[in-house]
Amino acid sequence: MSFKISIDGKTIDVVEGTTVLEAARKLNIDIPTLCHHPKLTPFGGCRLCIVDIKGIPRPVTSCTTPVSEGMEVTTSNPEIERLRKTILELILSDHPYECMTCERAGDCTLQELAYFYGIKDNRLTGERRLYSKRDGNPFIERELEKCIMCGKCVRVCDQVQGVSAIDFGYRGFDTKICTPFERNLDCEFCGQCVAVCPSGALTGKAWQQKGREIGVREVETTCSYCGCGCNLTLHVKGNEVIRIDSKEDTINEGWLCVKGRFSYSFINSPDRLTKPLIRIAPKESSEFGLRPMGVRSSEYNSAVGSQHSALFREASWDEALDYIAEKLKAIKEKHGPDAIAGLSSARCTNEENYLFQKFIRAAAGTNNIDHCARL
Amino acid sequence: MSNVTIKVCMGPGGIASGGPEVISAFETELKQADIPAEIHKGCSLHKVGCFGLCSKDVLVDLIIDGKKTTYQYVKPDMVRQIVNEHIVGGKAIHEWLVNKDYYNFYRKQIKVVLSDCGIIDYDSIDSYITGSGYKAAEKVIASMRPEDVTAIIKRSGLRGRGGAGFPTGVKWEAAGKQVSNQKYIICNADEGDPGAFMDRAVIEGNPHIVIEGMIIGAYAIGADKGYVYIRAEYPLAVERLKKALSDAKNKGFLGDKIFGSKFSFDIKIKLGAGAFVCGEETALIASIEGQRGMPRAKPPFPVYQGLWGKPTVINNVETLANVPYIVRNGAEWFSSMGTEKSKGTKVFALTGKIKNSGLIEVPMGITLREIIYEIGGGIEGGKALKAVQTGGPSGGCIPAEMLDINVDYESLAKAGSIVGSGGMIVLDEDDCMVNIAKYFLSFTQAESCGKCVPCRIGTKRLLEILERITKGEGKESDLELMESLGNDVKATSLCGLGQTAPNPILSTMKYFRHEYEAHIRDKKCPAKVCRDLITYSVIEDTCSGCGACMRACPAKAITGEKKKPHYINQELCIKCGACFDVCKFKSIKRD
Ligand SMILES: Cc1cc2nc3c(=O)[nH]c(=O)nc-3n(C[C@H](O)[C@H](O)[C@H](O)COP(=O)(O)O)c2cc1C
Ligand code: SF4
Ligand code: SF4
Ligand code: SF4
Repeated sequence: MSFKISIDGKTIDVVEGTTVLEAARKLNIDIPTLCHHPKLTPFGGCRLCIVDIKGIPRPVTSCTTPVSEGMEVTTSNPEIERLRKTILELILSDHPYECMTCERAGDCTLQELAYFYGIKDNRLTGERRLYSKRDGNPFIERELEKCIMCGKCVRVCDQVQGVSAIDFGYRGFDTKICTPFERNLDCEFCGQCVAVCPSGALTGKAWQQKGREIGVREVETTCSYCGCGCNLTLHVKGNEVIRIDSKEDTINEGWLCVKGRFSYSFINSPDRLTKPLIRIAPKESSEFGLRPMGVRSSEYNSAVGSQHSALFREASWDEALDYIAEKLKAIKEKHGPDAIAGLSSARCTNEENYLFQKFIRAAAGTNNIDHCARL
Repeated sequence: MSNVTIKVCMGPGGIASGGPEVISAFETELKQADIPAEIHKGCSLHKVGCFGLCSKDVLVDLIIDGKKTTYQYVKPDMVRQIVNEHIVGGKAIHEWLVNKDYYNFYRKQIKVVLSDCGIIDYDSIDSYITGSGYKAAEKVIASMRPEDVTAIIKRSGLRGRGGAGFPTGVKWEAAGKQVSNQKYIICNADEGDPGAFMDRAVIEGNPHIVIEGMIIGAYAIGADKGYVYIRAEYPLAVERLKKALSDAKNKGFLGDKIFGSKFSFDIKIKLGAGAFVCGEETALIASIEGQRGMPRAKPPFPVYQGLWGKPTVINNVETLANVPYIVRNGAEWFSSMGTEKSKGTKVFALTGKIKNSGLIEVPMGITLREIIYEIGGGIEGGKALKAVQTGGPSGGCIPAEMLDINVDYESLAKAGSIVGSGGMIVLDEDDCMVNIAKYFLSFTQAESCGKCVPCRIGTKRLLEILERITKGEGKESDLELMESLGNDVKATSLCGLGQTAPNPILSTMKYFRHEYEAHIRDKKCPAKVCRDLITYSVIEDTCSGCGACMRACPAKAITGEKKKPHYINQELCIKCGACFDVCKFKSIKRD
C-alpha cells in the first residue's frame, strides 16, 4: 500500500512502513539525528529528529514514526528548533570540550550539529561522566566520556555483525556502553562500531595523532586481503595510509573486517617485498627453510632480511616472469605437465584467481590447481 | 458448642509485625486451653491477605457464631489471654479492641477489588471457589462470544489502573480484531512506584481473582498464553501466585481445554529484575524477551506488535482484578460507581503524615477531603495538612486549599497531578516541598533507562538544580531554568518515565513557589527540613544551663558552664537537631 503525505508542504507518495524520516530524506529535507542509521533498526534515543505532525499534540521522532495516509509533517519551526537546541545543550553538558585534540574533529556529527546550532554558552552545565579505565584491546580506542549513548555501536554489532559484544549497562546518568563484565573489548574487531559512531568515542588505535582532515587525501581501492573485494577508502597523508574506512554506497555497504579496516601497517613496513627477488644461493646452502617452531616471525624476518643480499637478488618483473616461464617450460618438457602444480591465494581477487587457474590448466596443461583457503 | 473462626492479617504489614508468630501462638494456645474437640473442629484458623489498615497490625478478627470482634496490635504474648478470656470465657478484652479510627477507615470505602482480601484464604482455591470464584470465567467461556465479553468491559467504562487510564475494553477490542496465530495477555505486576503496594496486596490477598481476570481477558482477545510480570522483590506474592497457578491448573482452570471447553490458556510467571522502567509496557516486553528493559517508541502499540512481535494486551493487576467482578455483577453495576468518565473504584496506598495509613479502596470521584479526614482520620499529631502527593514519581502535589477536588483521572490531571497507579502521600507543615520534589526526582533519575537524552541528562540537571537550591546555593534564574527544562524534558522524552519525571517539580513550583523562593532568596527552608539552611542556636533567656544539649551533641559543638546559658559553635554544628530534641526548656531555636 502506498500513502500520500506532505512534509513541509511538499507531497510525496511512499510505501507503507516507510518512516517519516526516510520520506523526508527522499524529499532532500534534512532532519538532524545522531542515533539513526539507515541499515539499523530505529532507536529514537537522541530525540533530535522530532517533528510536528498535524493532529498529534506532542512532537514525535521522525525516525520511529511510520507514515500514514494524509499525514502533514512540519520538520522545522521555532519551537522544534528550540527543543533540538535544548537536547544538544544537554548532550554537550555531558561531553568533554576536547574537539581541539579529538581524533574525530572535522568528521563528527555531534561537532557539526553543535556548530550549526551555535551552542556557545550552555545553560545546562553540570556533572560529567568520568572514567579512568582505558580499554586495553589492540584495535579500538574507546573514549566513553565522549559517548553520547546513541546505541549505534550496540545495534551494528548485533544486527550487522551478529556478535553482540557490547550492550548498555547501568541506569540513569550512569548508563554506559559495556563489554561483558567491563573487561577489555574482546571481539572480532571488525570496527563496524567505529564506523557508525557519530562522536569521538570510538576510533582506531592506529589512527591516533596521525592526522585528521587537513592534508588528507582519499584514495578508493579494493581490499587485497581476500577475494570478497570490499571497497576501501584509504586516507592518505603525504605518502602514508593513516586510516581506512569504506563508504556506504559500496558493494560491501561500508562494512569491513578487522584486516581490511585496521591491518594496514604492512603498507609502509620495511619488510614488505616491493620487487621480485630471484634466489642466488643454492637450495642446499640455505639456512632459512621454513620458520622453525618457536622462532617469532619478527625475529625470523629480520634474520632473513639481513641475509637477503646473500640469498636473493632483486630483479625486474620482465626478468622474473621470463625466468619463471623458462623454468616451467623446462619442467613440463622433462617431467610432463602433471609435475607442475599451482597453489593460489585467498588474498588475490576473484579475477586473479580465475586467471591463475586458467594459466595452470591451459598453459601448464595440468589440473593440479588449488587454493590456500582449502587447506 | 460455638463455632469459632480466627482471621489473622497476613499481608505484608501483618507479616512484618509478627502475623505468623501470632498464628502459631493461637495454635498452641487453643490446644493447651483444653478446648473440647468439637470446638476445635469448628475453629478454623485462616490466614488472610491484607486487611488494609497496616498501621494497626497485627489485626485479628475473632468470629464467634458469626459475631465479629477485631483486635489490633496483637502480639503472640497476648494470644493466651485472648483465648482464655474471650474464646473460653466469652468476654472480649476491651482495651485491645480496635477503636473508632478503625471503623471510620472502612465507612467511606467501597470494596470491589479488595472485597475478598482479608475474607478468603489466599492459600486455598476452594475458599475462592466457595464465593463465586471462577464462575465468571466458566460462564464466559461456556456461553459467550469473545466480542460480547469485550463489549461488557467496554460498557463498564473500566480504565487501566496501571497509570495511564486507557479504556480496557478498547484495548481488548483492538487486540481481539487482530488476526494472528498467536496472541498474549500480560499482567503487569511490576509495581515500582515508591510507596505503592496495591497490586501486591491484591496478589497476596486474592491471587485467584487476577488469574480469573486473565482467563477472561485471554478468552476475549483470543490469547492462549499469558504472563504475569512480577517484581522479584515481592517473594511472598510470587509464592502465593505460584501456588494459585498450580491449584488452578490442577482444577483444569488453566492449561489445555479449560473448564472442559475447547479453549486453552496457560500462564507463566516472569520475575522482574528490579528496574522501575520495566513497568513500562514496551520495556516489560523487551525484558520478557530477554533483552535489556528499555522502552521503544510507539506505534506500533503492543496490541498490534507486542511480545515476540505478536498482538499483546498488557493490563495492570488491579485492572484485571476488576474484570471478574464486572462479569459477575454486570457492566451497569460497575459504571454506577464513580464519575462520568472515571468509573468504578480505585485502590490507593494512603501513606505519609496520616493517622490511618494503609490500603483503601474508594469510588472514583470521592473528594480528597473525605479520603484524608474521614477515611484517613486526619493528620497525625494534629499538624496542618500541606498537600497530598498523588501518582508517585510521575505525579504531583495537590495543595491543602484544593482538598475538595474529586479524585478521578480528569480532575487530578487538571490540577497538574495524576491518579497514577495509586500512591497517595500526605504531607504536613513539616514537609519541605522542594525536598519532596528532590526525593522523587532522585528516584526517576536513577531509574531512567538511559536511552534518551532528555530523560538521562535532563533529569540529572534538574536534580542538580534542586540540590543546589536545598543547599542554599540556588540562583534566582534557577526557577525559570527548571520550568523551561522541565517542560522540554516532558515534551521530548521517549516514554512515560521521562515524560512525567518533571511533574513533581512543576506541580510543587506551581503551588509552592514561595517555598522555592525562600530557599533561593532568603536561604531558608520554611519547613526546616533542608539541613544546610537550618541553624540551631540557644535562646539565652530561657536556657537553664542544664547541659543536656551539650551532652547530646555528637559534634561537641556546644559549650557552657552549669546554670549559665550555653552556646552553639556554628562551625562545628552538623545540624543533627539532637540538642533541639533533648532540651526540656524549648531553649534551642531552629531556623
Ligand atoms: C515508567 C513506567 C512505569 C510503569 N510501571 C507500571 C507498573 O509498575 N505497573 C503497571 O501496571 N503499569 C505500569 N506502567 C504503565 C504500563 O506501561 C501500562 O500502561 C499498563 O500496565 C497498562 O495496563 P492498564 O491499561 O491496565 O493500566 C508504567 C509506565 C511507565 C511509563
Ligand atoms: S568491532 Fe565489530 S564485533 Fe567488535 S564490538 Fe565493534 S562491531 Fe562488535
Ligand atoms: S560509542 Fe559511539 S556509537 Fe556507541 S553509543 Fe557511544 S556514541 Fe554511539
Ligand atoms: S524517557 Fe527515560 S526511561 Fe523512557 S526511554 Fe527515555 S531514558 Fe528511558
